[in-house]
Amino acid sequence: MDDKLVIEVKNVFKSFKAVQAVRGIDLRIPAGQFAAILGPNGAGKTTLVEMIEGIQEPDRGEIFIMGKTWKGDETYLRNIIGLSLQETHFIDKLSVWETLRLFASFFGIGKERCEEVLYIIALEEKRKAWVGNLSGGQRQRLALGISLLNKPKILLLDEPTTGLDPNARREIWTILRKLKEQLHTSLILTTHYMEEAEQLCDYIVIMDHGKILKEGTLTMLLGDMNDVPVQPVRTRKITLDDLFISLTGRHLDD
Amino acid sequence: MIERITNNQLYHLVMANIRELMREPGVLFWGIVFPILMSLGLGIAFTKKKDIITTVAVIGRNHLVKSPDDSASIIRNFLQINKAGTQISKNGGYSKTLTIRNDKMGNTMFIFQAMDWKHAMVLLKRGNLNLILDEKNGAVQYHFDPNNPDAQLAYLKLTKLFSTTGRIATASDTEIAPLTVSGTRYIDFLVPGLIAMGVMMSSMWGISYAIIERRSKKLLRRMVATPMKHSNFLIALITVRVLMNFVEAGLLFLFAFLAFDITIQGNVPALLTLFIAGNFAFAGISIFISSNTAKTEIGNGLINAFSMPMMVLSGIFFSYHNFPVWSIPVIQQFPLTLMADGMRSIFIEGAGFSEASVPIIVLSSIGLVFFVAGMKIFRWH
Ligand SMILES: Nc1ncnc2c1ncn2[C@@H]1O[C@H](COP(=O)(O)OP(=O)(O)OP(=O)(O)O)[C@@H](O)[C@H]1O
Ligand SMILES: [Mg+2]
Repeated sequence: MDDKLVIEVKNVFKSFKAVQAVRGIDLRIPAGQFAAILGPNGAGKTTLVEMIEGIQEPDRGEIFIMGKTWKGDETYLRNIIGLSLQETHFIDKLSVWETLRLFASFFGIGKERCEEVLYIIALEEKRKAWVGNLSGGQRQRLALGISLLNKPKILLLDEPTTGLDPNARREIWTILRKLKEQLHTSLILTTHYMEEAEQLCDYIVIMDHGKILKEGTLTMLLGDMNDVPVQPVRTRKITLDDLFISLTGRHLDD
Repeated sequence: MIERITNNQLYHLVMANIRELMREPGVLFWGIVFPILMSLGLGIAFTKKKDIITTVAVIGRNHLVKSPDDSASIIRNFLQINKAGTQISKNGGYSKTLTIRNDKMGNTMFIFQAMDWKHAMVLLKRGNLNLILDEKNGAVQYHFDPNNPDAQLAYLKLTKLFSTTGRIATASDTEIAPLTVSGTRYIDFLVPGLIAMGVMMSSMWGISYAIIERRSKKLLRRMVATPMKHSNFLIALITVRVLMNFVEAGLLFLFAFLAFDITIQGNVPALLTLFIAGNFAFAGISIFISSNTAKTEIGNGLINAFSMPMMVLSGIFFSYHNFPVWSIPVIQQFPLTLMADGMRSIFIEGAGFSEASVPIIVLSSIGLVFFVAGMKIFRWH
C-alpha cells in the first residue's frame, strides 16, 4: 500500500438486521488531508466512521489505519487516534478540568497537556464548572478538547458542529485549521453543513443510502457539475448544494 | 512519585466515581440516613415494648355497671373488686380501665368497653380490638380469632385474672427469671440483616445502574475508544462501591451501638471477611445484570427482579422460618440470606471463622460465577 495513506477503507459493508447501513465503501485518506463526509440523516456516516474508529466491526471488507488493523494493533491505534462521537454525555457531576484529567490519564498524559487543551478550546473560565452545567456549544468544545489530548495523528469527528450557531462553528473551524498547520493532523469529519465541507475540508465525500455517490475536491466536484446540462440558463454560481440535489434529489437538511 | 499516582488512570477512575457519589445528595440520604431511620423506627417499635394496652369489647353495659334489675355478672364483680376506673366518653360510651402491674413483663392496661355486637364487629374488622367478652349461663365467653396471637394472649391473661378471687396484687412472679443475654432482642436480629440488605441494594443500584447509564449515554463507548484498560473501569467502580458500603455499614453499626447497645459477640475478622465476600457476591451479580443492556428501564426491572424476592424471602425483617418447609432450603441459598444469616451468627451467636467459612466460600463463588458470566457477555460499545 501507499505509505502516504493514513486511512484506507476497502469494500466495507455493515448491516443491522434489516438495515444495510454501509454498502460497499472504498476510501483513501492521505496524510494531512481534511476530508468531509457529507450526507443526509441515515446515510451511514456514523456507521462508517465508527468502523474506522474500531468501535464497530465491518461485516465485510478491510480497514487499514497507518497500514495497521484493529485486530492486530489496537493499543497502538488507540494512542494515535483522537475522536469524538456523535452524542456523548460525559459525567455531569465532574468539572471540565476533572473530565480532561480523567481522559488524559487513559493516555498516561499529565496536567500540562490538559492546560494546553483547555486553552485551545477556550474553556479556561469553565475549568471548575460541572459538565452538566455547560451549554451545548461548550460541551461540544469539551468533546473536541478530549479528542485532542493525545495530539492525535488522526482525528475522527462525528458531527462536531451540529447544533452550534455560526460563530461557535467558525471557532471550531479555527481550532481545526491550526491543528492542520501545526501538527499536520489528518481529519475525517461528518457533517450536514455544506459550508463546513467547503470551507474547512480539502476533500469531500458525498454519501447516501450507505454508498458514496461522489467524491473529490470541491473544484473537481463543481467542475463535473458544469458538464451536466441541468440548467440551460445559469444565472448564479453553482454550489455544493446544487450538486447534492442533483445527486440525491433532495436538500441536505430535509 | 506523586506525579505517577496522580496521572494514573485507576486513580482518576476511582476519584471520578467518588466525586460523582459525593456530589449526589440522594446518596447520603438513601445510603446512610435511611437505614439508620429504619433501624431506629423498627427498633423502637419492636424492642422497647413497655405498657401494653388491650381493648376488650364487653357486650352489654350491665356487665360493667349495675342497674337495679340486673342479675349477677362475673365481669362486673371482678372489676368492682379490683376498683377499675370508670370513663364515660362524650357520646355516652362507657368503659372501665384496669391496670395489671407486673415488674418483669411490663404493665398491661385492659380497657373494657361496653358496646353492642354490631359495633364490636366493626372495631374488630378495623383491628382496634381483637377480643369480645360476653356472659352466658353464669360463665364468661371469649370470642376471638384463635389464629391471632395477640387475641390468644389477651384470652390467656383474662382467664387467669377472672379465676383469681379477691384483689389482684402487683405481680412479681417469682417463677419468671428474666434472661438478660444480649442478642435476643428484635433489634439484634434486625441490624445484621439491614447491613446485608444495604450491601445488596447499594451494590445493585450503584454498580448496575452506573454501568447501564454510562452505556446508554455512550460514555462507556467513548471511554473504551481510548487506551483505558477495561478492567480498571470495573475495578474502580467496584472499589468505590465497597468503600461506600463499609462507610454505610459502619455508620449503621455505630448508631445501633449507641442507641441500642448492640455488640458483636463473635469474631470480628470473620465478620469482615464475610462482609467482603458478600460485597463480592453482589458486585458479581450487579456486573452480570448490567452486562448487556443499554436501557435503564430494563436495568430497573432486572435489579428489582433480583432484589425484591430476596428482600421479602431472605428474612431481613422477619424470620423466614414461617415460610413453607420445602422452601426454606432454597431460601437459605440466596446470597442475601447467606450474608444476613452469616452476619447474624457472628453478631448474636458469637460465631467465628469455622461457622462463617461456608457462607464466605459460597458467597465468593457466587460472585465469581456471575462475574465471569457477566464478562463473557459484557457489551463495551
Ligand atoms: N445500532 C444500530 N442498530 C440498528 N440500526 C442502526 C444502528 N446504527 C445505525 N443504524 C441504522 O443504519 C443507518 C445508518 O445510520 P448512521 O447512524 O450511520 O447514519 P448517519 O449518516 O450517521 O445519520 P445522522 O446524520 O442522522 O447521524 C440508519 O438507517 C440507522 O437507522
Ligand atoms: Mg450520524
